Amino acid sequence: MSGTPTIAIRAGRVRALKGLGLVVVGILALILPLIAPDPATTGMAVFTVMYVGLASAWNIMGGYTGYISLGHAAFFGFGAYSFGLLLNHLSVAPGYLPFVLVPVAGLLTAVLAVGIGWVALRTRAATFVIVTIAFMFMLQLLGENLVKLTGGGAGLALPYSHDWGGDFFNVPYYYAMLVLAVLALVISWSIRRSKFGLGLLAIRDDEDKALAVGVPTRSFKLTAFVISAVLVGMIGAVYGYYVTYLYPQFAFDPLIGISMVLMAFLGGLGTVSGPVIGALLLEPAQMEFAYRFGASRLYLVFYSAVFLIVILLLPRGIVPSLADLVHRWRRGAAGPTTTARGSREAVKAASP
Amino acid sequence: MTLVLEAAVLGILTGGVYALMASGLTLIFGVMRIINVGHGALVVLGAYLSFALFRSLHMDPFLSLVVTMPAMFALGVVLQLVFIRPLKTDREALSVLVTYALALGIEGVLGYVFTTNFVELRAWYETASFAVFGFHITWVYVFGFVLCLTILGALFLMLYRTSFGGAIRATMLNRTAAQLIGVDVDRVAAIAFGIGVATAAAGGVVFGITNAFNPGSHYDLISRLLTIIVLGGLGSLRGAVIAALIMLVSEDITQVLISPVWANFVFFVILVAILIVRPQGLYGVRVRDRI
Repeated sequence: MSGTPTIAIRAGRVRALKGLGLVVVGILALILPLIAPDPATTGMAVFTVMYVGLASAWNIMGGYTGYISLGHAAFFGFGAYSFGLLLNHLSVAPGYLPFVLVPVAGLLTAVLAVGIGWVALRTRAATFVIVTIAFMFMLQLLGENLVKLTGGGAGLALPYSHDWGGDFFNVPYYYAMLVLAVLALVISWSIRRSKFGLGLLAIRDDEDKALAVGVPTRSFKLTAFVISAVLVGMIGAVYGYYVTYLYPQFAFDPLIGISMVLMAFLGGLGTVSGPVIGALLLEPAQMEFAYRFGASRLYLVFYSAVFLIVILLLPRGIVPSLADLVHRWRRGAAGPTTTARGSREAVKAASP
Repeated sequence: MTLVLEAAVLGILTGGVYALMASGLTLIFGVMRIINVGHGALVVLGAYLSFALFRSLHMDPFLSLVVTMPAMFALGVVLQLVFIRPLKTDREALSVLVTYALALGIEGVLGYVFTTNFVELRAWYETASFAVFGFHITWVYVFGFVLCLTILGALFLMLYRTSFGGAIRATMLNRTAAQLIGVDVDRVAAIAFGIGVATAAAGGVVFGITNAFNPGSHYDLISRLLTIIVLGGLGSLRGAVIAALIMLVSEDITQVLISPVWANFVFFVILVAILIVRPQGLYGVRVRDRI
């Protein structure tokens, strides 16, 4: 059969297409503030890139290990608050310097994540989900109750730069978010290709068997959890600096926690590009809808509808469904091998 | 000391309400292995239904249960058929997301219809109280407690004394085996979901009389209810009842001894403590791949 060279060419073409797409998206992301400088667009871009980072970071835990955390907003809010307190107590001058301190907020989040992970990862599946939700509300409550530290319900003010006005205001935050999103993607990609990542996927498929064949499941899970939390915490820090005023119910917002999950699900759980695609599709739509119907709370209904449609009709997400399609298309070119029996024959024919 | 005692009594009385709401949640988990994150929103929906009946027909909140409980039962069955049954793979994780989406949808619709202003169910027993040994107890807590005991009692009778209850318990123990001996597990699941949602309506009435609520109240409720059923052990009715009492009593005592703002926090402290000592909860069993 002349199928093999065709497959090779098509596979090469798909890879080239992927590479080209990546380059185009990368360049667009880099020059976006130049081609669309109006604050409405760049403001939306800040939040979209923020969610690209959040969904990718969440995916490192939720997608690879299958441990669904609905409480990642805990790390988001904690990153924001710890960063704000850091800036206030060290009296850091607003400007570019605070961005350099974002990793410190990441470190603090790591400490928290080790603690929460140690407790939460004693449980599995459904209980784990609940425990993560509980921790998020626990932190929200702390934010409200530790009035002397956080300002409680009155909010915490962060320093902000008066020099950045007009069209430029969003730009520094946009690039800071972009750097973190790229960082999350690079980490997610390299984990996916590593032995560590393979171990995480094994945990997702069958944790007990993974342990039996020698995957150190406990330390792997905790490591993935902490990596994911640190990225979310750093993104939260930039968010805090961007919005300049933190309130417990907005920094520890359950909707932020569920949004990153939905985006990862929409794009494709456990894939590197899925969360990116999910965030790029959903966040602009969500912001537009919240802007138009925010006052009537109908945007929640919209959100719920998208959510239900995605999970009931596309439970595996866009990327895996597309990959399936490409796969079938390639196989289709090699011969009629869609049935199980057909593919077995194809394997037989291909092997020497 | 009397203050602490009074707090404990109040804790037991409100604990009964939470026991009822949590048992609906844990029943649903036990039968279907799904976590209904929308349970809090369904409680709030139940409260709003009674509120609407009170506003339009001046129906007594407790009396309105005659209307709202069957309605919520039907709603539960429909929700199960449309949203839960189609989930074939990875139910546990996907169901959390689906029910979360339902919660958001309910919150959005309620916000649209009733606005986000806080409302409260009103009745004479909301403020009238009586004195026992020097404590003042508001009638509504007693009525609520009696209502919850009655419904819980009916639930237990149904589960342990009827053949349908047997089918539910069989499905909870082992779905496949239940199917093999002829239990129609799909029907059991739909009805159990309906029962769970109907108990949410009953809980909603008592919640609505004792608290001011708005469509966003479900977050607070669900975080408490989930904590209770994890503490009790997922799928255990007995566990849910006992955990609800433990939680509410400790919450009310904290309120008196320390400060009202930390009362909620006790929930989470107890949860973390129990997870460190006994991750499967009070009455949970450790099964491979569960817990």
